[in-house]
Amino acid sequence: MRMDLIQPFINSADAVLAQGLESPISIENLSMEEEAYRRKGIAAEVCLTGEIEGRIIFDVDQPAAAQLASRLAGVAVSETNDELIREAVCELANQIIGNAVTTLNDQGFHFHVRPPAIHTSEQGSKGSEDTEALVMGFKTSSGNVFMNVALRYHRRRAADRAAVAG
Amino acid sequence: MEKFAPVTRSEDGQPVRYLIVDDSVFARKNLARMVETFGGQVVGEAGDGVSAISEYERLTPDIVLMDITMPQMEGIEAAEKIVRDHPSARIVMVSSVGYQENIVAALQRGARHFVQKPVKAEVLYEVIKYVMRDDGTTARGAGAGA
Repeated sequence: MRMDLIQPFINSADAVLAQGLESPISIENLSMEEEAYRRKGIAAEVCLTGEIEGRIIFDVDQPAAAQLASRLAGVAVSETNDELIREAVCELANQIIGNAVTTLNDQGFHFHVRPPAIHTSEQGSKGSEDTEALVMGFKTSSGNVFMNVALRYHRRRAADRAAVAG
Repeated sequence: MEKFAPVTRSEDGQPVRYLIVDDSVFARKNLARMVETFGGQVVGEAGDGVSAISEYERLTPDIVLMDITMPQMEGIEAAEKIVRDHPSARIVMVSSVGYQENIVAALQRGARHFVQKPVKAEVLYEVIKYVMRDDGTTARGAGAGA
């Protein structure tokens, strides 16, 4: 997978999580995933369409998700308050992916983002030759956060767009 | 959360009335909490562009805080429809997707300003003051952090 597609997601996760949690975070793991993705906790999925297509799964350990929701909401959120925790994870995914998408668009990649949806199945689709999946693991003060990025770059659509632009 | 000098409507000194539009309940609550620290009153919420239009008609708020990426109808289209019928509507786009094309499209279709998520309260506060300036509204006190 092209590193210029990935780096904005790393930078964005770093910035958004550090701002939300008011503490530094670190990348603990960065690896290609060949098998189908196994959900680790509360997960949200965002789909992209256009010159770049694919999906990103943002996945947070259950206890960490409750802590993240509490920090971001400014009030204590119980681990049993599933709805609010899911909302918090979706909103975090939206912010992280939205900021990364902003950077990629400003670099000349054109695509559309769908609203985040809760990812409930235990497994996600596995990577393929043209849609590799990269898993990033972040360590935060609230626990572990994972991002699984499976994107494909459409050269033909980009070329079509360039031709239309003249 | 930081405290801010209240922003009020100059015409009657009443709190600024907000409509908050976002498909995330969590984001709406966070924005509501923020504008309440500015002395504002949240008069309505909506989760998509279609509901935003009907809620605007019903409530005629002073300011709409509008997300962009939403189901059914996106925020830029909803903003355009609201401003077409209500040219004085003050709409502030609040979105994590802040690339130049999006911002330009939103402003061309009638939005007054753009704030990128994650929202910092002090940034939103300055934007609210700026957007309300045509109402002659000023914050009482010393501004942010007062």
